[in-house]
Amino acid sequence: MIAPNLASAWRYRNFIASSIRSEIRARFARSKLGGLWMIIHPLAQAAIFALVLAGIMSAKLPGMANDRSAYALYLLSGMLGWSLFADIVNRSLTLFVDNANLLKKMSFPRICLPIIAAGSALLNNILLFIAVLAAFAAFGRFPGMTAVWVPLLMLLTLSMGLAIGLLLGVVNVFVRDVGQIVPVALQFGFWLAPIAYTPDIVPGGLRRLVQVNPMTPIVEGYQSALLFDRAPDVSALAWLALTCVLLLVAALTMFRRASPEMVDVL
Amino acid sequence: MSAAGPLQGARLLGEAARSDAGGKHTSSPVLAVSGLGKAFRQYRSEWQRVVSWFGAPVTPSREHWALREVSFDVAAGSAVGIVGQNGAGKSTLLKLIAGTQRATEGSVQVSGRIAAILELGMGFNQEFTGRQNAIHAAGLMGLSADAIAQAMPDIEAFAEIGGYFDQPVRTYSSGMQMRVAFAVATAFRPDVLIVDEALSVGDAYFQHKSFGRIRAFKEQGTALLFVTHGMADVRALCDRVILLDRGRILRDGVPDEVVDFYNALIARKDNERIAVEQSRGADGWLRTRSGTGEAALIELSLADADSELPVRSARVGQRLALTARVRAHAPIPRLVLGYMLRDRLGHVVWGTNTWHTGQVVDDVRGDQLVVYTLRFTCTLGPGSYSFSPALVSSDTHLVDNYEWTDNALVFDVVNPDQSYFIGSNALDAKFDIRREESR
Repeated sequence: MIAPNLASAWRYRNFIASSIRSEIRARFARSKLGGLWMIIHPLAQAAIFALVLAGIMSAKLPGMANDRSAYALYLLSGMLGWSLFADIVNRSLTLFVDNANLLKKMSFPRICLPIIAAGSALLNNILLFIAVLAAFAAFGRFPGMTAVWVPLLMLLTLSMGLAIGLLLGVVNVFVRDVGQIVPVALQFGFWLAPIAYTPDIVPGGLRRLVQVNPMTPIVEGYQSALLFDRAPDVSALAWLALTCVLLLVAALTMFRRASPEMVDVL
Repeated sequence: MSAAGPLQGARLLGEAARSDAGGKHTSSPVLAVSGLGKAFRQYRSEWQRVVSWFGAPVTPSREHWALREVSFDVAAGSAVGIVGQNGAGKSTLLKLIAGTQRATEGSVQVSGRIAAILELGMGFNQEFTGRQNAIHAAGLMGLSADAIAQAMPDIEAFAEIGGYFDQPVRTYSSGMQMRVAFAVATAFRPDVLIVDEALSVGDAYFQHKSFGRIRAFKEQGTALLFVTHGMADVRALCDRVILLDRGRILRDGVPDEVVDFYNALIARKDNERIAVEQSRGADGWLRTRSGTGEAALIELSLADADSELPVRSARVGQRLALTARVRAHAPIPRLVLGYMLRDRLGHVVWGTNTWHTGQVVDDVRGDQLVVYTLRFTCTLGPGSYSFSPALVSSDTHLVDNYEWTDNALVFDVVNPDQSYFIGSNALDAKFDIRREESR
């Protein structure tokens, strides 16, 4: 059921690769800082949080009570994972609606569109990762060997973002309200993950919500790997990986069932 | 349905080269459409549609079949025109074949590569340049980066939009977008080419150029499928015409037969009493008679204007008289006779009616005979021509169509006594030649 999708995507691999390249190139062509804006946004957001909250939050970080820079790096670690997830969900959400013109006039494997979106989101995130490493270096801190977990975490974030984004993107073609709800839901998602705060400061009732947020284990994984020099919670990530696989199968199944009707309503 | 498998550019070029060398193409169908149907479904809530994908037993609140039970084969190197009134399902059919929409039932089998120009542009990104869009669109057609790079100079040259090729598409006129779209879609010869009214956009020069390329493809074995409202295009380019009506095939046959039937059908739209009958004469011309029958042509004859002897074969420059005897079968307040003179390809060479000439016959009695004589000089070129008379009540047959007969009278024009010339028009033209001594 999913194999034909992937097979046709493989035949179009050249097109996918060149589309990702041209998307990145186009970004740089039109503005002075071009694609850098994609990493400036999360960095600026982290800087704002750090300025406002560093005094309060630094003391809460385990084992780093006296380190003023620690909170900034804590923020950056979590933000690295979150921005990849949010980027893919946002792109996938409007993918088919934005490309309506193309879908109506050209015949090509539709699965190429989410793959191109995921590919360019991943490239952006790699740039952000390099910027985050530079920030760590600027504060005189260097992530240890546990940083090798980051690519695996990225892959997990990518597949979860893609699965959720694809599900929402397909439904958004038929029920446009989805496009309005998701940005709000993403705001909640951000604040219900321990990115700008530590899990232990959350009051009891909310703690349950933070725990069920699928982004929580991922964000904590990034923080562990980059800042705390320890391996992420493997069992939590394994469960999450399983969930991701199931979600992806569901998303691709739905995508396949929905695509005959998709162009009819665009 | 199985759409065309995308091919790598190298293989495409190889194929083109092979068919160039081979020259001949087989008549096995490159496109086979069988039992094709497309339903547009509406649900009480879009969420019902969503759960229907997961097998929930939801019945749509409304189901509209835009196309049903459509079957036909298209052989390599043949051109098929799709005609029909708005909403007949022409565009839906092309979209299903092109693969942008999926069929609800039935199948489309394509052997080889299919290229489609659907409406204007190819979903171009307005911010990207013509070149970037061309690369993108070629990639979407499944071509490899090497093949695209190789084809780019040809695409740029064919589009002929100069420096605009490297400007954002938003600065283009619709004709320029069309040029780039056509150049990309036809950069490699496809096995099936679909054109949806796209060629009506743009200037005459580019239309000629496009038709030139389409004809060349056709000779190399590309099957053409195109929708147009221009019946002249259909007659000029198609070997076969399919007439769609309310999503079904109403007629499938040679152009003159289907186009004349279609014209009669348009007249019938406003008047269900109109009967349509068709017959093919021994001379190969097809006669299509339709109308409500209040008046009927009982005789149409062509004679020499002076000797009044019947003429079957007219000479260039001969004075002729066309006589139409019309019998009224019911009282007619206003009777108008119109003529169309057409050449072998169906192009109208001349046409007018007694409404335009201010010779309307008023208050015709129920059994009266009206005789019309049209005198003219045969300023036609050698060839076969036909007269199609129509008995109507105003300047159009869409109000009242008493009787309309396509190709009611067929005659040949020969040129035994004037200097040789070609074309359908004998211009009264003379050369004036003088030598000038150069100093």
